Amino acid sequence: MAAHTSKRMTIASCEIELLQGGAGPALVFLHGAGGAQSWMPYMDRLAEHYTVYVPSHPGWGRSDTPDWLDGMGDLAYFYLNFLDALGEDEVHLVGNSLGGWLALEIAVRSTARIQTLTLVSAAGIHVAGVPKGDIFLWDDDERVYNTFFDRKLAEARLAKQPSEEDADIALKNHFSAAKMAWHPRFYNPVLQKWLHRITVPTLIMWGDSDKIFPPAYGDAMHKLIPGSTLTIVPECGHLPHQEKLDDFIAGVTAHTARHNSGAAS
Amino acid sequence: MKFYFFHLMPYQDIDPDFLETNKSSWINLPNTYYDPKKGAKLYHRYLDEMELADELGFDGVCVNEHHQTAYGMMPSPNVLAGALSRRLKKATIGVIGRALPIVENPLVIAEEFAMIDNLMEGRFIAGFVRGIGCEYHASMTNPGFSHERFREAHDLIIRAWSEPGPFEFYGKHYHFQYVNIWPRPYQSPRPPIWIPSQGSTETVEFAAHPDRKYTYIITFSPVASVKKNLKAYRDQCEVFGYECPPDQLGWAMPAYVAETDEIARKEAAVHIESLFNKFIMSPPQYKLPPGYSSLSSYKAVMEGKYKVRQNYLTCDALIENGMFLCGSPSTVVEKLEEYQAEMGFGNIAPMLQFGTLPADLTEKNLRMFANEVMPKVRHLGVTPEVVAAE
Repeated sequence: MAAHTSKRMTIASCEIELLQGGAGPALVFLHGAGGAQSWMPYMDRLAEHYTVYVPSHPGWGRSDTPDWLDGMGDLAYFYLNFLDALGEDEVHLVGNSLGGWLALEIAVRSTARIQTLTLVSAAGIHVAGVPKGDIFLWDDDERVYNTFFDRKLAEARLAKQPSEEDADIALKNHFSAAKMAWHPRFYNPVLQKWLHRITVPTLIMWGDSDKIFPPAYGDAMHKLIPGSTLTIVPECGHLPHQEKLDDFIAGVTAHTARHNSGAAS
Repeated sequence: MKFYFFHLMPYQDIDPDFLETNKSSWINLPNTYYDPKKGAKLYHRYLDEMELADELGFDGVCVNEHHQTAYGMMPSPNVLAGALSRRLKKATIGVIGRALPIVENPLVIAEEFAMIDNLMEGRFIAGFVRGIGCEYHASMTNPGFSHERFREAHDLIIRAWSEPGPFEFYGKHYHFQYVNIWPRPYQSPRPPIWIPSQGSTETVEFAAHPDRKYTYIITFSPVASVKKNLKAYRDQCEVFGYECPPDQLGWAMPAYVAETDEIARKEAAVHIESLFNKFIMSPPQYKLPPGYSSLSSYKAVMEGKYKVRQNYLTCDALIENGMFLCGSPSTVVEKLEEYQAEMGFGNIAPMLQFGTLPADLTEKNLRMFANEVMPKVRHLGVTPEVVAAE
């Protein structure tokens, strides 16, 4: 496992946890509703190519839950400050699910610090006539089964007994996800009017069997973001970076290599 | 003691096997289970029962609000309060309550309550609730803002009733340039307010505050928890420096009275069990959406209440734990005497129709409760000032 650190960082009176590891061009990974409070295999693999930064959003993991956190707009402005404070001129920004939505909210406001954008099963838009999954009405087991294509992965996940701290964090994350995404459910009606403002190179990656945001969401997002590339990952659910890690790493590295002014390896 | 006949108006004609193919009687139970021809008859039957309660001498009748469920057919309790307002001769109407956070414009509630208060010439009680968790799925109101929307909507409604308009109101969730409701409420400065609760600390502090002194009603809880929560409220009043009068405390529970304890159990069993095992049924994540309560109380409820609820609740168990007040008139009187002495409440809101309880047994229950129970306990829990005034 690559060396990684956890440090605390304070922005807008909110202290967050920031995981960091690897070396190379800067890459910021914005996690989804489930959070990213521990160093995961996908972070490890990314760290072979990049200086990887994984912040826990305000309201998630071991980060504070600030009083000002009322919606995705608050998170977007927080991260604009975060990108200014990170000490990197530009970053490759990767976001999954709610973190993908967050990446969109940041990018329509400013792409000044964003070199490339990668959206993995991103929330944020609505596609008429394509029903989404409802993570708030599913029970805990259904939520896991509906996250993966491979039932065995779900079963393995469910077989793990979380520590008390992890169980508390999972609940905290779920509460914050609801606060951000309850209504309108996982999207911002204004956002899709302005996605054309995103002019940085954008890769959209989607599992062909995503039961939370079906692949039609990837198609729609692809049409809304000029010059974007859409990659559908076969036999994959909502978390390509966990279920199809090789495809995820290959996709991200190829995308950033095509558009990297610095040295991507 | 005052007596308020509380009705939930369940859709009791539902296919009794609906839970074999559905998880829940709430939110997404297909509305094809509802037959309007049968539902219309039920509405009229239930309204007849409330009018009968008026004739029998109940102090009031109560309706409440639930959405997208067979549990209760009153998404808009004010419609039924309106229907009752021209028929009730003496009884007060309590709408206990409207769920404040789930509406976009709380002034609608202020207006409609003021209309009922006018129609009733002051025989009206306004109930305010946050609404149970299921309503947040049905209305898509963000449960994470439930508490703050409740407080803000409450403040807006109270000001709209008691301050001369127009005035402006700019809150976090509600923003009005001109608050100026017509009609104003009949009662001055406002109707009495009830807060039905299952006992959260925040609600106790809120309702007992000297600026408010709202009547605190514990609903559908085991008697041990009714005791604990009413005591918490009385203690909170003391912390605020006053003694809690009986009319500031109440208890709402399903109740059934018959000739003997045995007959009461026999007649009520299948129907009370339908309420607690079918009509009320929904998985925990339906009832407790994330953010509806604090993290700590969410954990406590998940670990406590819902583990208990996984078991089938029998009539005997419900009588045993005091969630169901059932028996002969003397049994019910004895229990009320004992509970009242211990808990000090001055209001009860018996739900004398529940689950699948049919019309004939409901009428029998209403008559026995009114004739055999009420006269024997009416003298209990009377607030001193009220006695003096009368």
